[in-house]
Amino acid sequence: MQSLLKFITCGSVDDGKSTLIGHMLYDAKLIFADQEKALELDSKVGSTGGAIDYSLLLDGLMAEREQGITIDVAYRYFTTEKRSFIVADTPGHEEYTRNMAVGASFADLAVILVDASKGVLVQTRRHTRICALMGIKHVVYAVNKMDLIDYDENEFKNIAKQIKIMTGEYDFETMHIIPVSATVGDNITTESAKTPWYKGGTLQNYLETIDVTDHSDETGFVMPVQRVSRPDRTFRGFQGEVEVGEIHVGDEITSLPSGETAKVKSILNTNKEVDNASKGQAVTIQLDTEIDVSRGCMLCKDVNLHTNKMFTSTLLWMDDNKLVAGKNYFLKLGTKMVPAVVMNIKYKVDVNEGTHVQTDKLYKNEIACCDIACSDTIVFDEFKHHKELGGFVLIDRITNMTSACGVVEHPLRRDDNLTWHNMDITRELRAQQKGQEPKTIWMTGLSGAGKSTLINEVEKRLFAQGKHTMLLDGDNVRMGLNKNLGFKEQDRIENIRRVAEVAKLMNDAGLITLTSFISPFASDRRSARDIIGDDNFIEIYISTPLEECERRDVKGLYKRARSGEIPNFSGISSPYEAPENPEITIDTTGMTVEESVDYLMEELKKYI
Amino acid sequence: MNQLSHLEELEAEAIYIMREVVAECEKPVMLYSIGKDSSVMLHLALKAFYPEKPPFPFLHVDTTWKFHEMIEFRDKMAKKYGLDMIVYTNQEGVKQGINPFDHGSAYTDIMKTQALKQALDKYEFTAAFGGGRRDEEKSRAKERIFSFRNSAHAWDPKNQRPEMWKLYNTKLFKGEEVRVFPLSNWTEKDIWQYIRQENIEIPSLYFAKERPVVYRDGNIIMVDDDRMRLKEGEKPVMKKVRFRTLGCYPLTGGVESDAETLDEIIEETLSAVSSERTSRVIDNEAAGSMERRKREGYF
Repeated sequence: MQSLLKFITCGSVDDGKSTLIGHMLYDAKLIFADQEKALELDSKVGSTGGAIDYSLLLDGLMAEREQGITIDVAYRYFTTEKRSFIVADTPGHEEYTRNMAVGASFADLAVILVDASKGVLVQTRRHTRICALMGIKHVVYAVNKMDLIDYDENEFKNIAKQIKIMTGEYDFETMHIIPVSATVGDNITTESAKTPWYKGGTLQNYLETIDVTDHSDETGFVMPVQRVSRPDRTFRGFQGEVEVGEIHVGDEITSLPSGETAKVKSILNTNKEVDNASKGQAVTIQLDTEIDVSRGCMLCKDVNLHTNKMFTSTLLWMDDNKLVAGKNYFLKLGTKMVPAVVMNIKYKVDVNEGTHVQTDKLYKNEIACCDIACSDTIVFDEFKHHKELGGFVLIDRITNMTSACGVVEHPLRRDDNLTWHNMDITRELRAQQKGQEPKTIWMTGLSGAGKSTLINEVEKRLFAQGKHTMLLDGDNVRMGLNKNLGFKEQDRIENIRRVAEVAKLMNDAGLITLTSFISPFASDRRSARDIIGDDNFIEIYISTPLEECERRDVKGLYKRARSGEIPNFSGISSPYEAPENPEITIDTTGMTVEESVDYLMEELKKYI
Repeated sequence: MNQLSHLEELEAEAIYIMREVVAECEKPVMLYSIGKDSSVMLHLALKAFYPEKPPFPFLHVDTTWKFHEMIEFRDKMAKKYGLDMIVYTNQEGVKQGINPFDHGSAYTDIMKTQALKQALDKYEFTAAFGGGRRDEEKSRAKERIFSFRNSAHAWDPKNQRPEMWKLYNTKLFKGEEVRVFPLSNWTEKDIWQYIRQENIEIPSLYFAKERPVVYRDGNIIMVDDDRMRLKEGEKPVMKKVRFRTLGCYPLTGGVESDAETLDEIIEETLSAVSSERTSRVIDNEAAGSMERRKREGYF
């Protein structure tokens, strides 16, 4: 029976990481013949010209090949006589820290490359830090390019000393240092004659024999519930993977967070009835009594887990959008997903040096210590005790992106002297809560162009999409807020100013404001745009021509204007200045209301 | 505490993934292509939800050019396990007479890629399990287990979500879908060893047998029915061959082999001199062809 070792390789591009793994695969004759052919073919077009470039085995995507760097994580599989391996080959640049973290979260062991001609660099420190953060307990430093320093024992010892000082900071269970040359092949799969002073065996031999099973006292039992299976009335099984310890039929378990207890009636290991199950197995558990268990609960025995809403964590930010304290996310831990708020950023950790830096924002690839509050009680443990019960991700509620991963450091109680940092609720936060971009849609056009009808329909559609909207209609505003205003020039200007200020307030409240005013003068619309803000102002020009509006004459206003009964009527006795650069223009002549609204909604997608 | 074997570990991972999808995704489906990977997927699905039947339908995109035996096998499995098996064919393509002899890569696009997109749209599936493995091809080595496709079913390698530990993010916008690959971390060897360990039924095309074949452009093509167009001078001969992958018979190259049992197949696979995808005629076109097709929505 062969075991499986999952490991990650890290190091910067120039350290020859891909070459090292490529070489291991090649030496172990694990490359199928046609891949070998492809490799030679690729080498011809590659930058190294002619000679086999082992790294081409691993750098997969076309874009990466062109740039000559590994952007994403590539997984490789090989088997030796002693073990099966999965290698996650990860990029080394600082801007790809998150990709490295992905690889590290998957692995039990890290092979970190150090360039022998350069010694321990900041990136060596960074890679070590990320591996430790993601819970890797076993590290191997491959001091590569020994050929460049003439296999000098003293220089190797110097580097080894630097490495030992650096790793003293972390809780690695094992640490090993090997002098290698990836291009030449020293101490990779065969022992090198050039390093007689080194007796620690080859890298491959080390990987084949190291024991990475968790030796911490794994008493007790934990299984996060993935789903409840109820094929019929007689069967109610809780499905999940055993994450901690083992369980026997007849054992009493507790369901958290409810705290109810019951006895295990039966256990299925996949589809086979068994008496007991242990860590790593996919099981279905039946209990002897009906207790409150659903997805996200944890079935436990003899463990001390936290049942709490708040905890302190270390976060690695992975999103292009920055983290702002106070923002709401979905948090997934185990099989539980809950809304959660990052309450504050206590400090940022310099990823290279480890120093703490005060900040209120967190950008991609940065690490920080943060307090997190969940909207609901969740069950967890410190990451250092149980990886599976203390690791979590944050998911952006608007973009659905996995924004961050994090590890629980310790739980927080309400009275733990909490500081809610800068919790002033901003326009941005209100908008995020509603999941929308607050904008003002400003509709302008002649009387009878179709403004009121269209703005109404547009609002209905937005409302149906779950948007929170507010419509400011010309007539309504004049009956309330602006009832002291007439139609003189200064009143007209004041009318628009007030409407614009109200629209802006509504935007600040997170709402999408819709307005429908003839607003015939470019200068008035300009000042409204200035008040509301250019980025938030969407001008829709209903360009239905005068003849068409007059033909429709729904309210009979044109007739009265033509007869002189209404003075200063836009388009007849007063000018209508058409917008020069409206965001959206529509001429409703010959269009049905529905067609017009379809068109507007399509155009609005660019802005809302 | 007993340590799991690597097959047990891979099995548990695949089952965990399947259960997560069923628990969190709105309308999952399992793509079923009748091959050995699909057979393993079906077996895992039966185990993952036992005693329940797999709580999702299966979808076979039938190009109408599959080996006859594959179709019989599909129907037999569906009946045996009481599966909800949806068979979808691009009828427009059939009407236009699209075939593997005249239409080359357009055939693959219309009868496989487009057909799959049509089926996913028709049934509004939001998550589709596929049997893809990372060891199959270089660009697949970087594929996520949860691979997101936009509303045009296209794959954007730059816009994929980081996967941390086993905390899969299954959140979708309306119209988006996710392709899920529970066998991501399996190798061809693992598949065969698991088939042997679990005694999984697979089509007999995988085992060596005398079959009528022609030799064409370095490939061995089986003459599965009289629709096979023979070139001048070509005459089917009986040869003992087997297939390492199954697909449309005019596009699937066999290998000469004496491997009649699983053990012999595994032995042959371990000492194989060419990886399995070389027997798929479409993969050889140009370096990067797989990545291109994946961007277009191919599995």
